[in-house]
Amino acid sequence: MERNQMRRQVALTRQSLFDQGFLDEQFIQLEELQDDANPNFVEEVVTLYYRDSSRIIVNIDQALERNPLDFNKLDNYMHQFKGSSTSIGAKKVKAECTQFREYCRAGNGEGCMRTLQQLKKEYAVLKRRLETYFQ
Amino acid sequence: MESDHFEEMDIEVLSSMWPEDIGTDAGKQFNVEEKPKGDQDMLEEVTIMEEPTIVDFKRLLELTDYTEKGSSQLAYLIKHWEYKQANAARLLREELDSLSKQREEVELKKLEILEEHRFEEERYGDKRPISILDEVNDFWQEIPRRKNDVVVQNKRVEIDAKYDTIAYWKQQAMHFEKLLEGSIQREQILTEKLQECLKDFERQSSPVEELSQILKRADNFLHFVLQNAPVVIGHQDKELRYRFIYNHFPTLHEEDIIGKTDVEIFTGSGVKEAQEFKKEVLEKGLPAKREITFETDLFGSKTFLINVEPVFSKSGETIGINYMGMDVTDQVRKRERMAKLREEIAVQKAKETELNKTIHITEETMRAKQMLATMSHEIRSPLSGVVSMAEILASTKLDREQRQLLDVMLSSGDLVLQLINDILDLSKVESGVMKLEATKFRPREVVRHVLQTAAASLQKILTLEGHVADDVPIEVIGDVLRIRQILTNLISNAIKFTHEGKVGINLYVVPDPSSGKGEASHQTLNAAEANGRKEEKLEKHRSTSQTNGDQEGTHGQTQNESAYRNHHLSDESRTPVKSQAFVDEAAEEHPHSFETTVWICCDVYDTGIGIPENALPTLFKKYMQVSADHARKYGGTGLGLAICKQLVELMGGRLTVSSQEHCGSTFTFILPYKVSTTSDHSDDPDEFSDMADHDEATCDTTESFFQFQPRTLGSLFSSNGGSRTQKFLPHTTGYIRSNKLNGFSETSYSFPASNPRTRETSSIDDACSVVDDAEILCESETSSSHRPDPDNQTAACRGNQCQDDANCESQNPITDPTHHSEESIEVAVAAKTRELPKTDQRQDKFGISPQCVSSRSKEIPESTLQPRILLVEDNKTIVMVTQSMMKLLGRSIDVVNNGAEAVCAVQRHSYDLILMDVCMPIMDGLQATRLIRSFEETGNWDAAVKAGIEKVVPCLDSLQNGLGSMSSAKRIPIIAMTANALAESADECLANGMDSFVSKPVTLQKLKECLAKYLP
Repeated sequence: MERNQMRRQVALTRQSLFDQGFLDEQFIQLEELQDDANPNFVEEVVTLYYRDSSRIIVNIDQALERNPLDFNKLDNYMHQFKGSSTSIGAKKVKAECTQFREYCRAGNGEGCMRTLQQLKKEYAVLKRRLETYFQ
Repeated sequence: MESDHFEEMDIEVLSSMWPEDIGTDAGKQFNVEEKPKGDQDMLEEVTIMEEPTIVDFKRLLELTDYTEKGSSQLAYLIKHWEYKQANAARLLREELDSLSKQREEVELKKLEILEEHRFEEERYGDKRPISILDEVNDFWQEIPRRKNDVVVQNKRVEIDAKYDTIAYWKQQAMHFEKLLEGSIQREQILTEKLQECLKDFERQSSPVEELSQILKRADNFLHFVLQNAPVVIGHQDKELRYRFIYNHFPTLHEEDIIGKTDVEIFTGSGVKEAQEFKKEVLEKGLPAKREITFETDLFGSKTFLINVEPVFSKSGETIGINYMGMDVTDQVRKRERMAKLREEIAVQKAKETELNKTIHITEETMRAKQMLATMSHEIRSPLSGVVSMAEILASTKLDREQRQLLDVMLSSGDLVLQLINDILDLSKVESGVMKLEATKFRPREVVRHVLQTAAASLQKILTLEGHVADDVPIEVIGDVLRIRQILTNLISNAIKFTHEGKVGINLYVVPDPSSGKGEASHQTLNAAEANGRKEEKLEKHRSTSQTNGDQEGTHGQTQNESAYRNHHLSDESRTPVKSQAFVDEAAEEHPHSFETTVWICCDVYDTGIGIPENALPTLFKKYMQVSADHARKYGGTGLGLAICKQLVELMGGRLTVSSQEHCGSTFTFILPYKVSTTSDHSDDPDEFSDMADHDEATCDTTESFFQFQPRTLGSLFSSNGGSRTQKFLPHTTGYIRSNKLNGFSETSYSFPASNPRTRETSSIDDACSVVDDAEILCESETSSSHRPDPDNQTAACRGNQCQDDANCESQNPITDPTHHSEESIEVAVAAKTRELPKTDQRQDKFGISPQCVSSRSKEIPESTLQPRILLVEDNKTIVMVTQSMMKLLGRSIDVVNNGAEAVCAVQRHSYDLILMDVCMPIMDGLQATRLIRSFEETGNWDAAVKAGIEKVVPCLDSLQNGLGSMSSAKRIPIIAMTANALAESADECLANGMDSFVSKPVTLQKLKECLAKYLP
């Protein structure tokens, strides 16, 4: 009984993540990879993602402090970050990444910074949501 | 003038009013401002409470009468009075003198006048009319009148008689009359003044009033000062009865205090002490100070500083004491607090030093341990050589004496190896390096194998038995190697100390001793698990084969089994790669969804000599044995139980012992295991091989009772005269088998190109293999075979022969970190991180054909069967996802992190497919593709060398396949993985020689399509 309730709640949490546009079908891909051999595959991947990408964000932060801005470098970092985000299906974060790269190409430092803030927000929100979900 | 003088005197007097100890002016302690004008008001405003002072006046009188101070004070008062008196008398006398002088003068004048009058009268009748020279008269009046003057005047008068006229004389007479009157008047005034003076003098002649006023003022000042002073001043007589007390906070009435002693007044702690102290001062006659803490009903707990001073009579006897008490409770408290703080600080400091010392010692110990471990390792390598050579020697023809010597040599060598291994194990556990693996295993199998192994080397008539309760799960997850180690250790201990009866293992499930605890040991490392499973299987192989060898001819059943197994193994060896891959896959797909923890208790009991109670506490300590006597008799290092205990605790369990001397001991350990509830192993090839191995009675997975009956010593020591040689029997039989197992028949020795690899691989794996007693031997032998020197061939072969069981395992890459032979460490690292370059580097160093050491390595010779796929990707997340997907698709892949590494990898191996990320650090995918294409076209790596990638010696398979295919210019399909799914990016990829691209995120579907297209 209780277990059912919990399952339903987990399912609801998961569904809301999709409904609110945090995640896309790539996440389902990951879930499909999860099997008895790796029961926590998705969680492991997400953990890896957060571990890896936090470093990139630090790099981007540092790069943004430079003057003049090295847009090429920024673009490279964001490319990496976007690649990771895409592969776990973090939809909103990915959108911000794309935006960021567009600003990069346009040479809009102001826009980059603004987008990075937004990106960090989405990144954090998703992290929180996913943490809840995995629990 | 008078009053001025008086005032001056007053000050002096007051200062000297005080006892001599008050000192000279410089040290005046009590100065009273005499001029009352300004201060009077102040004193008036202050209301002086009279009550605090309670005086026994009679006593005061006595005091002033009898004590020196009193009398001196009186003397001063008297002196002062006398002085004043004398002063007044002197003043009066002076006044009198002046008055009498005046009178004399007056009388003189009177006389003169009279004389003049007589003279006048004499001549009055004679020369009356003559009156001239008025100026002369004036002259007379002006000059002072002296007697001789008068005489001269008289003469002159006589001479100037001619001037006398009546009128003149009349006038003169009148004038004189007036003078006389004035003089009389003056006389009267003076008399009055004199009288007044006398009166004054009378009034001032008694100074008591004045003095008492001064005294009163002083008293007032005293009161004023003392009013707020938290002091008690008192005087007590010889019997310590209060005669005077000043107390600012009076709590008792006069009648309660005066005439009583301290003890009579209050009770409580400290009172007596005070009394004693006062008595002491009284007796000694020396002033003293002391702090006394009172605890009385009257004023609670208070500390007083009491200053007691003896009072002496004129004759020098003490007649009482003066004392002053001051409440210093707060100060004392503060002081105590300070002391306490200081003490604490001191303690803290001491602790700190102690801690530093401990840290220092710990560091030293750690260093020593490290040193020991290093030493052990260093010793082990050459020792292995010695032992393995000795073993080879043992297989040659020797006479009886030589054999005996050799036996001793071998057993000593074994002992030293065992000791060193133990030390290494221990230091590993202690330094936290020891890693536990979570592998699936069957407890029943473990118990059986341990018993089998023990039975095989048994040299006593003992029954070995094992009971496994029905509720013990068929399969559990834990670190089977360690558990085996513990069990083996305990069993061999039990056997060692048991001379008759039985030794056994009991396995049963117990309730969780502490819920929520002890899952720490579980690791869900997939690879490790898969490995462990294989491990377990081979474990079985190993032990059965050994049993088989040892019991040759005695157990028909085992022999059969062995024969079957040989067959099976050779079967397997024909297609080792295929079956390996199968195992791999199966292991990964094995259902593993749900886990619960079960606590299994394991008793190892014996009917041996038991352990005396006093030895129990130190039993699990390092290098501790029951007694030196035991150590001599039974040997051993004393490390076994310590290691067992540490291992058990590392796995989150408990190891306990209960024993009765001469009856036996029981060692019990409880360990948590994970249980896979959805264990269907029917289709497991592992299981299958198990079944094949033990198809007879022993193969029952739910078997719960094993027994190994004692054999006769005769059969055991049949013809060879030593267990050592017996041990070699199975090895000899295992010789062929082991070679077959590796997929090489004897003839393979004639192919030196491939042979070194075999040995290399096997030795690596050997080094990794599980060790219990028997295996140490094997391992030591393998280290000799680490040298891939053709001259050493015999040794290596011999080694192989001796390690039949280890060779069984050689098929499997076991990355067990326990055995630190150089190879095994590097293999473990390489296999874990999949850093191909590193592995290759090592292999180059050794001059062996490079070999990818992982499950993939087995695929090489049959590369056509399992296509090699290389993933070039720097993003860890994507690597993980892609790897997983590939696994799901049944493919294993190599991973490198950038273009440069990819080029290196391609140089070493031929790949059938490369998945290449485009944006990567160091070298991007496009450049890497260009370089690879350049190689494919030109057949050399010049372009890569130009790009800064040094050429790597091509490996075996690239020699075989790569070189062969070079002429045919095989084009490796390279697929770009790009997030830039835009048209231009795709064009760019294709322009750089890529065959296709997959846009990120990579999905299962995309991969599947891709694989289907390029790997038909």
